[in-house]
Amino acid sequence: MNSKQIERWSPWLLMVATLLLWQLLCSAFQVSEFVFPSPVRIGEQLIEFRGVIAAHAWRTYWVTMAGFGLAIVVGVLLGFVIGSSRLAYAAVYPLMTAFNALPKAAFVPILVVWFGIGIGPAILTAFLISFFPIMVNIATGLATLEPELEDVLRVLGAKRWDVLVKVGLPRSMPYFYGSLKVAITLAFVGTTVSEMTAANEGIGYLLISAGSAMQMGLAFGGLVVVGAMAMVMYELFSYIEKHTTAWAHRSSQNG
Amino acid sequence: MSDAFVDFQNVWLAYNDELLSQGQFAVEDISLQVRQGEFIAIVGPSGCGKSTFMKLTTGLKRPSKGSIHVDGQPVNGPLKISGMAFQAPSLLPWRTTLDNVLLPLEIVEPYRSQFNSRKAEFEARAIDLLKSVGLHGYERKFPWQLSGGMQQRASICRALIHEPKMLLLDEPFGALDAFTREELWCTLRDLWTEKRFNVILVTHDLRESVFLADTVYVMSKSPGRFVVRREIDLPRPRDLEITYTAQFTDIVHELRGHIGAMRRSGTPLQQ
Repeated sequence: MNSKQIERWSPWLLMVATLLLWQLLCSAFQVSEFVFPSPVRIGEQLIEFRGVIAAHAWRTYWVTMAGFGLAIVVGVLLGFVIGSSRLAYAAVYPLMTAFNALPKAAFVPILVVWFGIGIGPAILTAFLISFFPIMVNIATGLATLEPELEDVLRVLGAKRWDVLVKVGLPRSMPYFYGSLKVAITLAFVGTTVSEMTAANEGIGYLLISAGSAMQMGLAFGGLVVVGAMAMVMYELFSYIEKHTTAWAHRSSQNG
Repeated sequence: MSDAFVDFQNVWLAYNDELLSQGQFAVEDISLQVRQGEFIAIVGPSGCGKSTFMKLTTGLKRPSKGSIHVDGQPVNGPLKISGMAFQAPSLLPWRTTLDNVLLPLEIVEPYRSQFNSRKAEFEARAIDLLKSVGLHGYERKFPWQLSGGMQQRASICRALIHEPKMLLLDEPFGALDAFTREELWCTLRDLWTEKRFNVILVTHDLRESVFLADTVYVMSKSPGRFVVRREIDLPRPRDLEITYTAQFTDIVHELRGHIGAMRRSGTPLQQ
């Protein structure tokens, strides 16, 4: 096995090693499964409750995707506005930073009052937590245009719009895909947190109900499922990023 | 009043109103007349306002005082008859070399509205232009697959694709090694000899300015003024060999002398 293959398989090797160690510790010290279930126990529970888990996972998945889709639309539009106008940048950015510093979990009770228990708060929490990185990255991509390049085009009589469309947007695409990878994982966090208090369905709800019933194996199973979904989506955007903006990743491609 | 192609009459520029009221000008009292098809070079220490001069000529900046005419028209905004290239090639990494060269045609009229219908013709033109600077076979490569010198050639092609009447070069060869630089001098010389557009070359390389230009202007730093105008009467066509003749070296020495004198007398002024 050469070094390249080792690099490729390293995440799986690390995961297997961690699981083995975990299992070993649980067995050796005979840790109660009500306190800290072993991987085998979690696996058993995942299989036993697969139908229930799948239903909750599907709910969490599409709610997250809805919030994330909203975040892309709003993040791109806002990022475009504040990245293309110095005035908008100066006006909006400080407020947005302050807003981003607020814990999004704190919005859940308010959203419940407005939208009731259910998908409303979950979608909106996923949206609120994930639009910020998208907006910032689009804005950064647009605002850090090389002045020489802008001059080259402006000498030709290019309008601001031309410069944005021909140069600014393509240039910010790698930033955009980079932000999607961050945002999708955040969106899962948002949905799960919201479902824990404001839903009767979804992995967040499953975690709370399993926890209160002392079904620790099932609760851990829920965590595993959220983590797996976020990882799959991350890899998906990573793949899209590599294949649409190869020019920005040339060093990794050339070797 | 004159039939000059580029005509600066007592041009002053302060970058903003505050500097204007303090009497801090980036360039002061610049007057020059450039003939149609003339190749001029502007040399001077860094930060002396050479780039400011370029911005004035293209209409990216407007003078605080004085007037500028290019091709008989007063300059009130970006001139679409000029092309620019800088020290950094600044090609777009997501476009092939060919598409980079075609970019101005997607922006400047009348090409812009004809771009889709005449695309094949424009592409052929860009390929010809790339061929003339020695980039035949690199049309479909991406900029990052080219060497620095090749990127700079492509950048000059981009500045010329819309057949501008005036080419503005801001230290275009500054980042290249000596051999590549001399190669590109010849490329530029040949392009100019063939097409006879006006060139304004900003540089701090005296040999470059003497080899290429008809007229060299020496600029001083703070205040940014033209202090010397030197016609280069070396015969054309000029070959690289000419840079080793006594006549060439004398002119370079003479210009070096002006800059040296300026630096000595100029230093106390900066405080």
